[in-house]
Amino acid sequence: MKPNQESPADLELYYRQMVQIRAFENRCNAAYRAGKAGGYLHVYIGMEATAVGWINSLKIGWDYVITAYRDHAHPMLMGSDPVKLMAEIMGRKDGYSHGKGGSMHLYDIEKGFFGGWGIVGGHTPLGAGLAFGSKYKGEDRVTLNFLGDGAANAGVFFETLNMAALWDLPCIFIIENNEFAMGTRLEYHAADTELAKRGYPFGMKHERLDGMDVLQVRQDAKRIVDWVRKNQKPYLVEVMNYRFAGHGAADNDRQLYRTKEEEDKALHRDPIERLEHYLLKNNVMSEEKMEAIREEYETWADDVMEKADASPHPDPSEVYDHVYTDMEPEKGH
Amino acid sequence: MPTVNLTYREALRACIIEEMEADQNVFVMGEDIGRYQGTFRVTQGLFDKFGPKRIIDTPIVEPGFTGIAIGAAMTGLRPIVEMMTMSFSILALDQIINHAAKIHYMTGGQAKVPLVVRGPGGAANQLSAQHSHSMEGWYAHTPGLKVVAPATAEDAYGMLRTAIHDDNPVIFTENPGLYGVKGDIELNSGFSVPFGKARIARQGTDVSLIAYSRMVSVCEKAAEELEARGIHCEVIDVRSLLPLDTETIFASVAKTHRAVVVYEDWKSGSFGAEIAARIGEQCFDELDAPVARVGGLNVPMPYSRVLELECIPNEANVIEAVQRLN
Ligand SMILES: Cc1ncc(C[n+]2csc(CCOP(=O)(O)OP(=O)(O)O)c2C)c(N)n1
Ligand SMILES: [Mg+2]
Repeated sequence: MKPNQESPADLELYYRQMVQIRAFENRCNAAYRAGKAGGYLHVYIGMEATAVGWINSLKIGWDYVITAYRDHAHPMLMGSDPVKLMAEIMGRKDGYSHGKGGSMHLYDIEKGFFGGWGIVGGHTPLGAGLAFGSKYKGEDRVTLNFLGDGAANAGVFFETLNMAALWDLPCIFIIENNEFAMGTRLEYHAADTELAKRGYPFGMKHERLDGMDVLQVRQDAKRIVDWVRKNQKPYLVEVMNYRFAGHGAADNDRQLYRTKEEEDKALHRDPIERLEHYLLKNNVMSEEKMEAIREEYETWADDVMEKADASPHPDPSEVYDHVYTDMEPEKGH
Repeated sequence: MPTVNLTYREALRACIIEEMEADQNVFVMGEDIGRYQGTFRVTQGLFDKFGPKRIIDTPIVEPGFTGIAIGAAMTGLRPIVEMMTMSFSILALDQIINHAAKIHYMTGGQAKVPLVVRGPGGAANQLSAQHSHSMEGWYAHTPGLKVVAPATAEDAYGMLRTAIHDDNPVIFTENPGLYGVKGDIELNSGFSVPFGKARIARQGTDVSLIAYSRMVSVCEKAAEELEARGIHCEVIDVRSLLPLDTETIFASVAKTHRAVVVYEDWKSGSFGAEIAARIGEQCFDELDAPVARVGGLNVPMPYSRVLELECIPNEANVIEAVQRLN
């Protein structure tokens, strides 16, 4: 890691956030195994530095963020209530969507977090639309539009890039290249694996960036977010990270698409361990302090689980709520 | 010929293998179907057996690869497109409805599209609003397409063969809840089930329960309970929506004088509504009660299991509907 200007307080913040996300995600997997969460559930383990670096570069409460279904970390970083997030993941009444959304569909609109989407690539025009909205109203918001390497092939994504460039939308497309789209490796799904080039045909500024060194991510993110806010134009980045876990909680067949050796090698890129080395080497934090922080978040995560689990299941009558803003659908079987 | 007891999933796989061995022009494309063995494992082992030329892993671009399959079909190939779930076929609706379904007609019969689009449709377990669609009604609304929804392993095996041999685009909808259902299959027998022929799943005299796909077993269970209460239900497995075997349906209604159409899709504007309308039009004099429907609630599928179960029709809903008829 290269030297940087981050204050000790900021360094501790990034460390805490990454540890917190990981503890939360481990609880999500545990909840799934215990049958307290269902459906499709995708954790962000191994990718923490990306969201931490980028979202800390935003004006929280003002800027917008949108992503796909691997969406637990982003709202946590934007100040959403972890208990309400976990309650939603468990399908409970006190969740952000009162149990209607689940793990793939988290939203905290008030905080500027717009989800939480299950159709690969489908949310990318919505993100550009958020940027369209803020630009239209003359606001200087920036939208972060996260998507996966697999989603970067979607036709609608190319259509979106063209319009974002044509209309100068203040949107940052962040392709998180974690090397896999479910069970399909990058080189089997993309003709050109340098995904940052997706910006080139539209004359959009584009870069391939690191996603594992949180300090590097933070520097790049700050530079680009500031540029987009100032210039009110789109930007595309390909962020190189790795998905440590299976695609989703139900994916127990990682050996079908990657070897154990490959996975072990990737684990050495662990963004949390990497920051720990840096903090130790530069005498920012002692091993004891780091351990205390890790323990603190283990306890915290247990507490979040417990509180979320105390929330009741929705009442069956709620099934008709929120189909429309102003009427109910035809009822009954 | 040996008869083997296979799951629905294995029956589909067996049919694909036999047809691929018989005809070099048959190939499969879809997401994660090859190296990853298919999300629901229907294509397990096929990549090793047939290789990447005929078992093709695609990027996540349903409109693109469906369109490529349609184009390939126009040259005489016989593609089987797997949709990871039928919900994702929504992205390919333009290719399927605006293109595939129109080609034979617009070319005045010059071109054919021997295409199969298959995959799981309907709700599974807490997959939420974007992954739980029943799409068969959207397709069965469209002239130029054929649409089938087998409920048993035997029919999965026999109808997939018919679909692959068909020179028209066929939508072949499965259901995640059916993949483990077992049946006796006579392998390598060329066994096929024609389209447009409903199956009488259970004989009865008092009321006709008319369903397809997973709802057939829901009706069978309801029928068993009702039998104990002295009501003898006939269960009709429609299995082919387009073409539709109205003859078998009407004959059943003429016998029982009561009909309940059961389907998982949203209740309003669904294919079940079409079946009910046909019975109303054609069997008016035979009916002793209005045609009843049991459908899914008219809401996006919620994530919470409590709410999800509220949406999907079950035995109790069918029993209630039958009792309301009397
Ligand atoms: C249109 C569509 N097709 C297929 C799927 C099934 N699916 C869900 S996630 C996924 C892989 C996406 O990979 P990527 O974009 O790289 O994101 P990652 O999971 O790595 O974060 C697939 C194929 C889907 N959700 N939507
Ligand atoms: Mg990926």
